Amino acid sequence: MDGIGEVIAWFTAPEQWSGNNAIPLRLWEHVSLSAASLAAGVAVALPLGLYIGHTGKGARTVIAVANIGRAVPSLGWLGIVYPISVALLARGGLGFWPTFVALVALSVPPIVTNTYAGLREVDPDLREAGRGMGMRESELLRRVEIPIALPVILAGVRASAVTVVATATLSSLVGGGTLGAYVVQGLFINDLPRVVGGAIMVAALALLTEWGFGALQRASVSKGLRERASAQPPAEALRSAAGA
Amino acid sequence: MNEGQPFIRWDWIIDNLDQIGRRLGEHVYMTLLAISIGFAISFALAMLIRSRPGLYGPIIGFSGILYAIPSVALFALLVPFTGLSVLSAEIALVSYTLVILIRNIVTGLEGVPPDVIEAAVGMGYTPSQRLWRVELPIALPVIVAGLRIATVTTIGLVTITTLIGAGGLGYLIVNTGIRRFFDTSTYTGVVLSVALAIAADLLLLALQRRLTPWARARAEA
Repeated sequence: MDGIGEVIAWFTAPEQWSGNNAIPLRLWEHVSLSAASLAAGVAVALPLGLYIGHTGKGARTVIAVANIGRAVPSLGWLGIVYPISVALLARGGLGFWPTFVALVALSVPPIVTNTYAGLREVDPDLREAGRGMGMRESELLRRVEIPIALPVILAGVRASAVTVVATATLSSLVGGGTLGAYVVQGLFINDLPRVVGGAIMVAALALLTEWGFGALQRASVSKGLRERASAQPPAEALRSAAGA
Repeated sequence: MNEGQPFIRWDWIIDNLDQIGRRLGEHVYMTLLAISIGFAISFALAMLIRSRPGLYGPIIGFSGILYAIPSVALFALLVPFTGLSVLSAEIALVSYTLVILIRNIVTGLEGVPPDVIEAAVGMGYTPSQRLWRVELPIALPVIVAGLRIATVTTIGLVTITTLIGAGGLGYLIVNTGIRRFFDTSTYTGVVLSVALAIAADLLLLALQRRLTPWARARAEA
């Protein structure tokens, strides 16, 4: 590869902008797969984390989920899910579905651990005060616990979002397109401008996701807490993630 | 799964034990190399931060950006420079360890109680004696916690390096597994990489307990 010129030539070639391997199509595959997986991951992990964090019951489940999440790598989830999805759905088991299931599995642990840790860090006095004011448990959760824990919860969502966008790349290994397709095709046929072009887009999308969710996380700090809040994940989350 | 084929073909595993062992060996080697180099660089940078705390923000910020770049992308971006090789794999793998290790070394050293440092000063320890005999031993559990996260993460990332021809257990998952619809190979690779991650984690935990016997004594007291 002669360098940047070839990569620019790759980006501007007409076949990158129309047809069944076009950038807009691959980008759409990447974004829609990531968004669907993250939404499903949040739908599973958030209620679980809120329940365990609010009641304090099932802390072992959190540790188990965190440890499984740590030990099974992204490609591992795809390797586990893919043969099953092909066995169950034949050709329909290629592409979207195996990666979707793998991405949901990947996105759950950070959201569960952070939601749990965020709620546990809420000052018990505040809970008591809420109860003393006559709040029902659901009100306490909605009006006291979640607003205080929101930045920590969103830090978990952010970590999951970045992992999901990064790992959606692997969908191309099982026929699912995404921007990873350029990297995988390019490595296969030794077309380096295609490899680099794909990699640049994947990296840009991941960094945009990181910054976008970072901004959301900072904006989520409740007004009353803005001065003393920190956007760092709490020490407890780090410790439990370390399995210690 | 191919029709009429058992889900796991044990005969294939037995016939290919040497190949499986070689892939496992490559995986362990790439992990150890990345963690050793990553730790050496992180330790040096943490020492630099210790003498110039203002550098913490820029160093963590930069290594944080490296960490946020997806592994497939970083491996791929290195290929034009260092080729389809273990070298490309290692450069990316080392980059990913930095943010975890630097943060834990710095946090561990900052967690040393000031009165302990004062006592060491009072006993006439030089700054370097203080570091090696007092501060680092006290910071060890936090440093090892970082090593555990970095090691488990690296073992997962090494599976991806097969895409740039670096071998490892990812070869069993992708090249002889997913690409050939041969589930036995896929699952062999997945199970071994997960087992390796758990084993490495427990080994580091055992090492930490061994190196900090006083922590256990205090917990029991």
